[in-house]
Amino acid sequence: MWRSLVAHRNGVAVVGGSNPLTPTNKIQAYTSRMSRPHSSKLFDNPLVEATDVHFSFGHRSIFDGLNLALPRGKVTVIMGPSGCGKSTFLSMLGGRIKPDRGNLIFDGKPIPTDQGSELYEMRRKMGVMFQNNALLTDLDVYDNIAFPIREQTDLPEEIIRLMVLMKLEMVGLRGARNLMPSELSGGMARRVSLARAIALDPQLIMYDEPFVGLDPISMSVIIQLIRKLNDAMGVASVVVTHDVHEGCSIADYVYLLDNKKVVGHGSAEDMMNSSQPDIRQFMNGLPDGPVRYHYPAGNYLDDLGVHDQ
Amino acid sequence: MSFVINLGNWGLGLFYRLGAAFLFLLQALRGACQCLPRGSLIIQQIYSIGVLTMLIILVSGLFVGMVLGLQGYYQLVNFSAESSLGLVVALFLVRELGPVLAALLFAGRAGSALTAEIGLMKTTEQLAAMEMMAVNPMIRVIGPRFIAGIIAMPLLAAMMSAVGILGGYLVAHGQFGVDPGVYWTSIENGVELVDDVLNGVIKSVVFGFIVVWIALFEGYDAEPTSEGVSRATTRTVVSSSLAILGGDYILTALMFGGS
Repeated sequence: MWRSLVAHRNGVAVVGGSNPLTPTNKIQAYTSRMSRPHSSKLFDNPLVEATDVHFSFGHRSIFDGLNLALPRGKVTVIMGPSGCGKSTFLSMLGGRIKPDRGNLIFDGKPIPTDQGSELYEMRRKMGVMFQNNALLTDLDVYDNIAFPIREQTDLPEEIIRLMVLMKLEMVGLRGARNLMPSELSGGMARRVSLARAIALDPQLIMYDEPFVGLDPISMSVIIQLIRKLNDAMGVASVVVTHDVHEGCSIADYVYLLDNKKVVGHGSAEDMMNSSQPDIRQFMNGLPDGPVRYHYPAGNYLDDLGVHDQ
Repeated sequence: MSFVINLGNWGLGLFYRLGAAFLFLLQALRGACQCLPRGSLIIQQIYSIGVLTMLIILVSGLFVGMVLGLQGYYQLVNFSAESSLGLVVALFLVRELGPVLAALLFAGRAGSALTAEIGLMKTTEQLAAMEMMAVNPMIRVIGPRFIAGIIAMPLLAAMMSAVGILGGYLVAHGQFGVDPGVYWTSIENGVELVDDVLNGVIKSVVFGFIVVWIALFEGYDAEPTSEGVSRATTRTVVSSSLAILGGDYILTALMFGGS
């Protein structure tokens, strides 16, 4: 099943979002075009698979047949213009939003959509670094990181202390353990959020816009941390961002979302060198191209009340 | 025609929110039951909801009792019935003013704080973060606050009544020279444990339940923006106050209607 999914996804990637190919042709397109032999191996047993996912907020369609996969042990970067549904996809992975249609598989099991114990069990295998850090403001740095451990385990306080100090050391904030969230800089808060995300050694770490609002030093620290933690812990990481260069610098695999689906994917190098117009436009930050600038609207002159006489 | 459409939309919106509030209540009660073994969380909330509200309750109770003492004396003295001043003050406070005023102040002080706290936790994605850490906010956040509110409210009402009676005594004895023995004896002889005190306690428990339900629901349901939290906080105070006053009428009719 996964092989056909890979083929399907790659078919979309190479020929663009509006290709008229049949699924069979897409498989042929994939096999003939993919030049990287490691790709199928990369997706042999993915941690997350999204197949034909459809989702709408009210009447506004966000995903219309989204297909992608997150390989184990790799950093996958999902890029796309603001509002294309990147963060929505993370919410779906966490079971906070239910797709209208399609399958979302995590570690071989469908992600439950009802708020039951099965979903909470699955969430114990996930860690999230939120865009605005979402630190618990009434707890200091130490207690923020100890929070998931205390809630999810019956470990004695001495062991929890060791675990927290180890996580803080990994993000370089062991000395800041007694500070309150309001006393942290943006970069420090982001690192605390990261330490909390890895507190229970998850299988999947989700990063929601990790580079937003950071100074260059903090940004490079976060970039290094994402890469190092991924390699050291052997987890799957998914980074949602619209920062092309930062995202590509750590990506093992890149997906580009737009127009409600994946418009392209591949290694960072492939994406940077792509000749597909919409990929080129995004990766190079070009103002003109197939990615529309205007939100859909009626006729401009009609709106202004100016008509041809 | 648009009026009918707007009315229909308003009605639908109202019933939708009522339904959401009842579903929230069920989840909150479940969360409250599940958080019972975690006494430290509940005690923490009793402190922030109850203890921190004590000052305003005690000061208000003292002045309310003093005003009752003044007004009561001015009327009773016309009939040479100032010996009943203690009873009048006590019955007013224990049956009505204690539970109702304490609940109104509780809604203004603790209810608004609860809504703002939960609303901001939602806005800053703290509730979402808890969910993603496999921690159910209904058990960790909502449940302890629910229980704490229901425990704190009758205690605050009792304090208000007690301090109010003391305030009435200060005026009666200090200003008008009513005999202390007469003041306290009239209370001891006239106030019934079940008919007056227990009914007052029941009222305050019901008001506590109503206030925390509204406050927590409004916070949890708040639009995650600063404007949304502000609107939710306002709604909490307005809805709680109206529910307390309306509920007081119903409870009074049920409790004292037959006597």
